[in-house]
Amino acid sequence: MSGALVRSDFDVIAGWVQRGERVLDLGCGEGELLRRLIDVRGVRGWGVEIDVDKVIAAIGNGINVIQSDLETGLADFEDRAFEHVILSQTLQAMRNTETIVTEMLRVGREAVVSFPNFGYWKHRRDILNGHMPVSEDLPYQWYDTPNIHLCTIADFDDFCAARDITVKDRKVFDNGVEIHEEQNYLGSVAVYRITREK
Amino acid sequence: MLPAYDLVYETYGTLNAAKSNAILVCHALSGNHHVAGTYADTPDSVGWWDNIIGPGRPLDTNRFFIVGVNNLGGCHGSTGPSSVNAATGKPWGAAFPMMAVVDWVRAQARLADLLGIDVWAAVVGGSLGGMQALRWAITFPERVRHSLVIAAAPKLTAQNIAFNDVARQAILSDPDFHGGHYYEHQTKPWRGLRLARMLGHITYLSDDQMGERFGRDLRGDGLKFGYDIEFEVESYLRHQGDKFADVFDANTYLLMTKALDYFDPARKTNGDLAAALSVARARFLVVAFTTDWRFAPARSREIVDALLRNGQDVSYAELGCDYGHDSFLMPDPTYHKLISTYMGTIQT
Repeated sequence: MSGALVRSDFDVIAGWVQRGERVLDLGCGEGELLRRLIDVRGVRGWGVEIDVDKVIAAIGNGINVIQSDLETGLADFEDRAFEHVILSQTLQAMRNTETIVTEMLRVGREAVVSFPNFGYWKHRRDILNGHMPVSEDLPYQWYDTPNIHLCTIADFDDFCAARDITVKDRKVFDNGVEIHEEQNYLGSVAVYRITREK
Repeated sequence: MLPAYDLVYETYGTLNAAKSNAILVCHALSGNHHVAGTYADTPDSVGWWDNIIGPGRPLDTNRFFIVGVNNLGGCHGSTGPSSVNAATGKPWGAAFPMMAVVDWVRAQARLADLLGIDVWAAVVGGSLGGMQALRWAITFPERVRHSLVIAAAPKLTAQNIAFNDVARQAILSDPDFHGGHYYEHQTKPWRGLRLARMLGHITYLSDDQMGERFGRDLRGDGLKFGYDIEFEVESYLRHQGDKFADVFDANTYLLMTKALDYFDPARKTNGDLAAALSVARARFLVVAFTTDWRFAPARSREIVDALLRNGQDVSYAELGCDYGHDSFLMPDPTYHKLISTYMGTIQT
């Protein structure tokens, strides 16, 4: 995860959490996002990370981190154990996309999901020009990308609607600048706040 | 009941003025108080966890004051079955009381009192030692800031208990056992203890590692079609058994395996481990090894999940070290980096 992404996620998520709330960050890396949420917003945080070197780095950052594979689900976590469950820039790289979203909304009251918007105008342009999109938020070539489930903002809206998932809030950015109009065309990254609570 | 007892311990490093840098290292089945270093007059007396404890090592004696203690019932200087019962003038033998992990922890707490340590910066242990680290956090929540529970389990499975019982039967059925009073017969159940250790040793290693290390290699040239040592693995196991049976006390071995079997901090909370752990105030580091089938990672996850359920501070790492249950004793670079990184976050 790049520093810019951490910042935009942080800015958004920081506004959605309250002091003392329990936050679970899935794919927490070295724990940068949690560290800032703990320091600045006073949350209680836990991370999940599969890579042992990142687990060790997160521990060095003073973060609670559980080494585990998200693809195996969150079965070990209790229902409603957290107020917020975060999946930052990882959804598009997961095999079991639907499972993880369902699981996030089981263990957390709310979920925060951020992903690169495949509908971004630069991506559309690349395809019109006959190439797979490569951009700041999709920095990979087709042959080395970890991203296997890319979607657009419109796709994710449909995904939520079909599963009775409420979108409480959505922020869209282009290189750190918030986009309010034509989000699916002008935005490179989307951050969703979703819940099953009515 | 024991009217009195001795505990033998060693310390490394310097206790700071605030007495806030003390670490208790708890030993497993065959360990003792001599956790690190070498005695001046005995060059081969290196401590059993020397690779992780010392200046600049993960448990850094430049920074921490480290205490190793031989548990009550042991055979390395603390009062145990081989000690003389003052009331009879004879060794306790089978009359020595059974021990539970909580008894060891309470005895260790008395040692902490003696050393003036109100709060351990950390209690650290692997295997049965990890169970003590867990028990400390429950029994004395105000006296433990960090609990490092390595290659442990919240309780033994039926298979674990079964292995322990076969080991005990090997000792109990040895004609030299004499109902536990073998000291008076100037003998010891050497053969039984040797078998117990050989069995235990198999369960501490991984299948892959045994295959890699010994395979079907032969000790000499060709098969001899007899019962002497033929395969390298036989040679290794018999050597381990011999070495252990020479120095360890069989009654202590029996007692330690029973303490393992009895360990179940959730017994008083109707099997609810989270409820048992809810009193703990420590931060936890739980470590498991993927090749450990004696205390598999899933068992460590039970501890982690119980802590998560309570919203307690816990980190968990599942390391790919090759040495089975014994991995916790090995100088694996990732493992040591993990421990030293965690220790670096502990304030003194």
